[in-house]
Amino acid sequence: MISIEGLSKIFTSDKKKITAVDDLTLSINEGEIFGVIGYSGAGKSTFVRLLNRLEEPTGGRVVMGEKEITTLNSKALRLTRQDIGMIFQHFNLLWSRTVEDNIAFPLEIAGISKTKRKEKVQNLINLVGLSGREKAYPSQLSGGQKQRVGIARALANDPKVLLCDEATSALDPETTNSILDLLVDINEKLGLTIILITHEMHVIRKICNRVAVMESGKIVEQGDVLDVFSKPKQLVTKKFVEQVMGTNDEDDSMDYLLQTYEEGKIVRLHFVGEITNQALISQLAKQFEIEINILQGKIAQTQAGAYGTLIVQLEGNEEEINKATSFIQDETSVEMEGFGNG
Amino acid sequence: MGDFFSNLDTQDLIEATYETFYMTIVSLAGTLILGIMLGLLLYMTDKDGIWQNKYLNLITAAVVNVFRAIPFIILILLLFPFTNLLVGTLRGPTAALPALIIASAPFYGRLVEIALKEVDKGVIEAAKSMGAKTRTIIFKVLLPESMPALVSGLTVTAIALIGYTAMAGAIGAGGLGNYAYYFGFQRRDWDIVLVSTVLIVIIVFLFQFIGDYITKKLDKR
Ligand SMILES: Nc1ncnc2c1ncn2[C@@H]1O[C@H](COP(=O)(O)OP(=O)(O)OP(=O)(O)O)[C@@H](O)[C@H]1O
Ligand SMILES: [Mg+2]
Repeated sequence: MISIEGLSKIFTSDKKKITAVDDLTLSINEGEIFGVIGYSGAGKSTFVRLLNRLEEPTGGRVVMGEKEITTLNSKALRLTRQDIGMIFQHFNLLWSRTVEDNIAFPLEIAGISKTKRKEKVQNLINLVGLSGREKAYPSQLSGGQKQRVGIARALANDPKVLLCDEATSALDPETTNSILDLLVDINEKLGLTIILITHEMHVIRKICNRVAVMESGKIVEQGDVLDVFSKPKQLVTKKFVEQVMGTNDEDDSMDYLLQTYEEGKIVRLHFVGEITNQALISQLAKQFEIEINILQGKIAQTQAGAYGTLIVQLEGNEEEINKATSFIQDETSVEMEGFGNG
Repeated sequence: MGDFFSNLDTQDLIEATYETFYMTIVSLAGTLILGIMLGLLLYMTDKDGIWQNKYLNLITAAVVNVFRAIPFIILILLLFPFTNLLVGTLRGPTAALPALIIASAPFYGRLVEIALKEVDKGVIEAAKSMGAKTRTIIFKVLLPESMPALVSGLTVTAIALIGYTAMAGAIGAGGLGNYAYYFGFQRRDWDIVLVSTVLIVIIVFLFQFIGDYITKKLDKR
C-alpha cells in the first residue's frame, strides 16, 4: 500500500509562490491501477514526481510498503528508486542506445551482470512485443514502439510500483489502446501497482480501478471508477465524464422521443457495472411477449463492467410490458425510469 | 618552374609537418580532457544543475572568459615563465603545448557546455528515476547523448589549434608556421611560404573531413 499524507509542494519563482500540490492525502492499494485525472496545471505531474522525489516535497509524507520515501537519505533513495518504475509522455529514451541497450540501462545501474542482463532484456522485449527490433535505435521506432521500450525499461528491475505520467498523451487513439492493454496485462501478470496520470477520461475508464480527480493541487473527488462515472459530484468530474459519455442532452430529446414513438412504453435503463446490456435485452425479448426497440443510448466499458444508459421502447400488450418492467426492477441491477405512454 | 621550388628541402618540410601534427594532436588531447572538465563544471554547477553552485559557476565562467579574451600571441608571452618551469625550454614544439592547451581548452569548454545543454532534460530525469548515480549520469547519459556535438566542437577546436600552432611557430615553436616564417618569409623564399600554406590547408581539410565523418557516424537521432 502507498499512503500519502498531507503532501505539498510549493514552487517559488520570481518571489511568487505557486502551490502545485496542496496538502494532499490519499491511499493507493497494492496491485490496483489508480488513475489521477485533472486539467493542465492541476499539479498532476508534480504529484507523481513527488512520489519518487524527482521533486522534493515542501511538506508531508509518502510511504510505500514499509519504506518512508520522504525521509530516505540520497543513497537509500537511489536504491529505492530501482523499485519504482516510471514512464513518461515523451518516452525519454537515450537516442544513442539501441532498444536492447536502453532496456539494459536500469540493469547496468543496478549492477546486474552482463549475462543476466542479456537474458532479462530478451524477456522484457518479448513481454512488450518488440521481438526483432532489439538492434533498432529509438529514432527508427514509432511512438507506440518507443513507449513499449519505455515500459520494458521501467519494468527491468522488477519494480513494485509503476508511475505513468501522461504515458499515452503523445499517441494516437489506436496506439493508446494497445499501450493501455499492455499496462493491464502487466498489472495482471506481475501484480504491480500502477499509478497513472492523465487528462483523458477514456484512459481512466478503460483501465483504472479507482480514480482521483485533481484540481488546483487538491484531490476534489475520488472513488471506484464506476461510482465516479455514475454519480459525479464535482463540476470538474462531470465535465470529465462528459468526455466519454457525451453531454447530457438526453432530457431535451426525451420529449421528442415521446412525441415520435407513441406506441407502448418508453423506459430509460441505467447500467452500472456487472450486467451487460446485450444479455438483458435478449432476455427480455425471450421471456416476454414484447417487441424492444432501441431508441438511443451510450454504453462504455470500464474495468468493473459496463456503464451507461439506454432508452428503449417496449411494445406489446400492457400486461406483458408491466411484467417486463417489474422483472427489470426486481431481478436485475439495472436502474429503470419509465416515461409516459404506458 | 623547377627553379621556383629550388629552396625547398624535403627533409625540413617533413620535419615541420610532423611537428605541426605533433603539436596539434597532443594539445588536442589535452584540450579534450581539460575542456570536458571545464564544460561539465560549467554545466553541472549552473542553475538547476546537479551540483548547482552559484559561486563555483561564476568563478569557472570568469576563468574561461578571461583566457578566451586574451589574444593567443600575448598568452604565449604571458605563459613564458610557466612554460619554462613546466618543460624547461621556450623553444620547440613541446614548449608550445601549455599555451596551446590553455588557449583552446576554455574555448572547447564553452562548446562542451553548449553540447551538454542540448541533452534532453527528460532523459536525465529518466536516469534519476532509475536510481542512477551522478557519475553514471555523466558517463552514460550526458557524454554519450551529446557525443556528436562534442566531436563537431572538437573539430572546430582542432582547426583553431592548427592556426595557433602556426602562430606559435612564428615565435620559435617549430612546425609549418615556423618553417614558413623563418625559412620562407624572412629569406623571401616564397616557394617555402606557398608549400607550407598548402600543407596547412590540407591538414585543416583532413581534420574537418575526419571530424565530419565521425560526427555523422555517431548521430543516431
Ligand atoms: N519547476 C517548477 N517551477 C515553478 N512552477 C512549477 C514548476 N513545475 C510546475 N510548476 C507549476 O505547478 C503547477 C502544476 O504543474 P504540473 O506540471 O504539476 O501540472 P499538470 O497537472 O501536470 O499539467 P499538465 O497536464 O499540463 O502536464 C503549474 O501551475 C506549474 O506552473
Ligand atoms: Mg503534467
